[in-house]
Amino acid sequence: MSLLLLAEQVLNGLQFGIMLFLMAAGLTLVFGVMGLINLAHGSLFMIGAFAAAAVAGATGSFLLALIAALAAAAAAGALVEVLVIRRLYAREHLDQVLATFALILIFSESTRWLFGSFPLFLNIPEALSGPVTLPGGIQYSLYRLTLIAIGLVVAFGLFLLISRTRLGIQIRAGESDREMIAALGVDISKLYTIVFALGAALAGLAGALVGAIQSVQVGMGEPVLILAFVVIVIGGIGSIKGALVGAILVGLTDTLGGLLLPLFFGLFMDNASATSTGSALASMSIYILMAIVLVVKPSGLYGARA
Amino acid sequence: MKIKTLALASALAALGTAGLAEPVKVGMITTLSGGGAGLGIDARDGFMLAVKQSGNTDIEVVIEDDQRKPDIAVQLADKMIQSEKVDVLTGIIWSNLAMAVIPSATAQGKFYLSPNAGPSALAGKGCHENYFNVAWQNDNLHEAAGAHATAEGYKSTFILAPNYPAGVDALTGFKSQYKGELSGELLTKLGQTDYASEIAQIRASGADSVFFFLPGGMGISFLKQYADSGIDLPVVGPAFSFDQGILQAVGDAALGVRNTSQWSKDIDNATNKAFVESFQAEYGRLPSLYASQGFDTANLLLSAMGKASVKDADAFRAALKEADFSSTRGDFKFNNNNHPIQDIYVREVIKEGDVYTNKIVGVALEDHGDVYAADCKM
Repeated sequence: MSLLLLAEQVLNGLQFGIMLFLMAAGLTLVFGVMGLINLAHGSLFMIGAFAAAAVAGATGSFLLALIAALAAAAAAGALVEVLVIRRLYAREHLDQVLATFALILIFSESTRWLFGSFPLFLNIPEALSGPVTLPGGIQYSLYRLTLIAIGLVVAFGLFLLISRTRLGIQIRAGESDREMIAALGVDISKLYTIVFALGAALAGLAGALVGAIQSVQVGMGEPVLILAFVVIVIGGIGSIKGALVGAILVGLTDTLGGLLLPLFFGLFMDNASATSTGSALASMSIYILMAIVLVVKPSGLYGARA
Repeated sequence: MKIKTLALASALAALGTAGLAEPVKVGMITTLSGGGAGLGIDARDGFMLAVKQSGNTDIEVVIEDDQRKPDIAVQLADKMIQSEKVDVLTGIIWSNLAMAVIPSATAQGKFYLSPNAGPSALAGKGCHENYFNVAWQNDNLHEAAGAHATAEGYKSTFILAPNYPAGVDALTGFKSQYKGELSGELLTKLGQTDYASEIAQIRASGADSVFFFLPGGMGISFLKQYADSGIDLPVVGPAFSFDQGILQAVGDAALGVRNTSQWSKDIDNATNKAFVESFQAEYGRLPSLYASQGFDTANLLLSAMGKASVKDADAFRAALKEADFSSTRGDFKFNNNNHPIQDIYVREVIKEGDVYTNKIVGVALEDHGDVYAADCKM
């Protein structure tokens, strides 16, 4: 195996991780601040992708598509928070799971009703398509590099938001003691709506960015949702830093596992069985990673609460 | 004029079947919601179009959505057999659902006509006299892709498919007809959406061509990412990643790709032309191969209904086995294991105006059956 291939795979893992981070950041904020398990987070990812595909199809502009994705997902998030989620904060996790699962079905079938059952077209903008040659002769997709850059900028922005702004202080306070900040006069229901819409917007952005290189179809959010849950469990619930580190760990483990495990089994097995054993183990690798992290640090890498 | 002819034809067909009228109740279990819904909807629409055109009022179709979940498919099948008392079951798209439903349905004396899934387990030792596959055995289109790769003179192909039974069957099917070397072989995760890692391995492998079987959304993702990677190797695959429903979502990235199919909208026969035109008129979109399979399935059933009563299982089975209907694919007959013997074509993705579609560029395998038929004792 060449060093070039390894380098390219590390970039792939990084890019995958960064996209997972955009999903996981919203999920972990909502879980951390409001104590809510939101299974419908994947639907917001899908809404972002569909909004982007619709706007890109109508206007031809990718930038407008991204703005539409952010706006649509944030609006859907805020709407759902006000109409449904608000009634769930005081309930048990099981009720939340049930209600947000119902939201998945409602969102999926409404999307199908609006856009039909066939996948939509959303492509990479002309300016970002095709590969570039990086130092060392690595051929890498310019669009994926852009995704890494956008993700890092968003991560930095979130970090500033949480650590330097008034809203960030309120969010952190909400994570440590909900009743107390309500007693101190913070409009808690407005804060919840804002946090939920922020998380939704991030998911929508991820959906639009990823939609350009994947299939924009109903149900596209659920596989990502599962990975995002793995990420926040590894990173520690409520921690943005944990979500970033967890996401990159998961991205790298998944990508490099898929490459290295079949090669490893190839050392002492014949080719076909090495491929199947390696692939099987590779798809388990992130869950094994999660199990190990939970054994060593039960509250996750950066988790404050168990 | 054409509509008149069609109306006349369906009136005649109705007259033809009126004599032996014995109502047939059909239970259709197919995927109508979730990620794989496009396939089930096409198969259903094709089926119902044929029923409508026949004007036959003795056929009643109960349609249910399996949500692509085996447990739900099994529940629906039980419900249809026990409380709806259907005579014939059909509709399942996915092989894992087919495996969960078909053996028990046929064991209870029901007929099952498959408009899509053709798992190898039901084509060989597990074949059954009441199970008819009107689409293909799972390996068929992949075997054709292997034959095409050999005919094109590819020497080192990189092959990949999802890690589930139909994916493994796909690689087996390709390898059985491919004479060159493999520069790499990968099993990806089912439902995987990011293929950056696989594409990097293709780039590093020194392959001269790529074969992939990634149905539905997986194929869309792979092709878009492959096109963006700058790798310029020829790609072959079965029709599932290039059907009418998903080509529009792939766009230019699919242009020029060769794929193998038992059906194409430009197969030159009267049935197919009428089918493509009437499907477009009825539903406002081009039919996919799934729609053609649904249409053929219904016509097979209607042909048997015209010959025998469904209450007389032996006569009805014999009538089905004759396959006395005019298929959208032209020649069609059943092998000893009740799976099709048919031509498999090579198609190329082209753009007609604004619409991406396929045109036939050659025949990969003629009068092709499947390798499992020899194991079927029937």
